[in-house]
Amino acid sequence: MPRTITLVYLARLREAFGTGGEKIELPPEVGTVSALTHWLAARGGAWAAELAPGRALRIAVNHDLAGGETPVATGDEIALFPPVTGG
Amino acid sequence: MEDFDAGREITALRAGDARVGAVAMFIGTVRDLNDAHAVATLTLEHYPGMTEKALAAIVDEARGRWDISDALVIHRVGELKPMDQIVMVAVTSAHRGEAFTACEFIMDYLKTQAPFWKKEATPDGPRWVEARGTDDQAASRWKGQGALASEPK
Repeated sequence: MPRTITLVYLARLREAFGTGGEKIELPPEVGTVSALTHWLAARGGAWAAELAPGRALRIAVNHDLAGGETPVATGDEIALFPPVTGG
Repeated sequence: MEDFDAGREITALRAGDARVGAVAMFIGTVRDLNDAHAVATLTLEHYPGMTEKALAAIVDEARGRWDISDALVIHRVGELKPMDQIVMVAVTSAHRGEAFTACEFIMDYLKTQAPFWKKEATPDGPRWVEARGTDDQAASRWKGQGALASEPK
C-alpha cells in the first residue's frame, strides 16, 4: 500500500522550495516528523539549507503544531513553516 | 482582505448581553519603519484551515482561564500599507480586570501560535519579518500562575 501524504510549505519555505506543497509517497523508514524532515533535507540545495539542524522550523500535522516525535501517517497534511510573525 | 470597523464589531459583540460591564480591545496597525527598514507595503500570509483552528483554540483557552462573556479576533491577510489596521482583539466581561487580561493573553498567544507571516516591501527589496524573542517571552509568562494582575481561574 502506498503511504501518501500532503506536504504544505508556507512563507519563506514556500519561496525557498519554489512550491506551495506536494504529495509524496512516504518511504517505509519515515514514521515521525523528525524522520520526515531528515529525509527531505537529503534532497540537498534549499532543502538541506532550510531544514538544517539549528534552523528555526515549525511543523503542523493536520493543522496542529507538532514535535519531532509526532507520528506521520497515510493521508496526513504536514505543513513546514518558519516561526510565525502575525499580529 | 477588507478592513474592519472596530466600533461596529464591538457593538455586535456586546449586543443583547446586559451582564457585560467591560470591553477591552487591542488593535495592531502597520508601522512605516521596522528594524530600521522603511516599509512600503506589508503582505500577510496565513495557512487556511490551521489559522481558524489556532485562533479558536486561543479564544477557548482564554475562556477557560478567565470569566469572560465573549471574545472576538479579526486578522487581515494580503497586502497592507503603513497605518492600515492588521488585527483586532476584543473581549467583554462583567469587570475590567478579566477583559484587560484576557485581551492581552489572546494577543500574546496569537503572536506566537497563530500561523501568520509578514513580508515587508522595503527600498532594499522584499524581506520576511523574523520572529522576535520578546514575543516568546511575552507568551511564556502566561504559563506561570498569576503572572499579571488577574489570577487565572
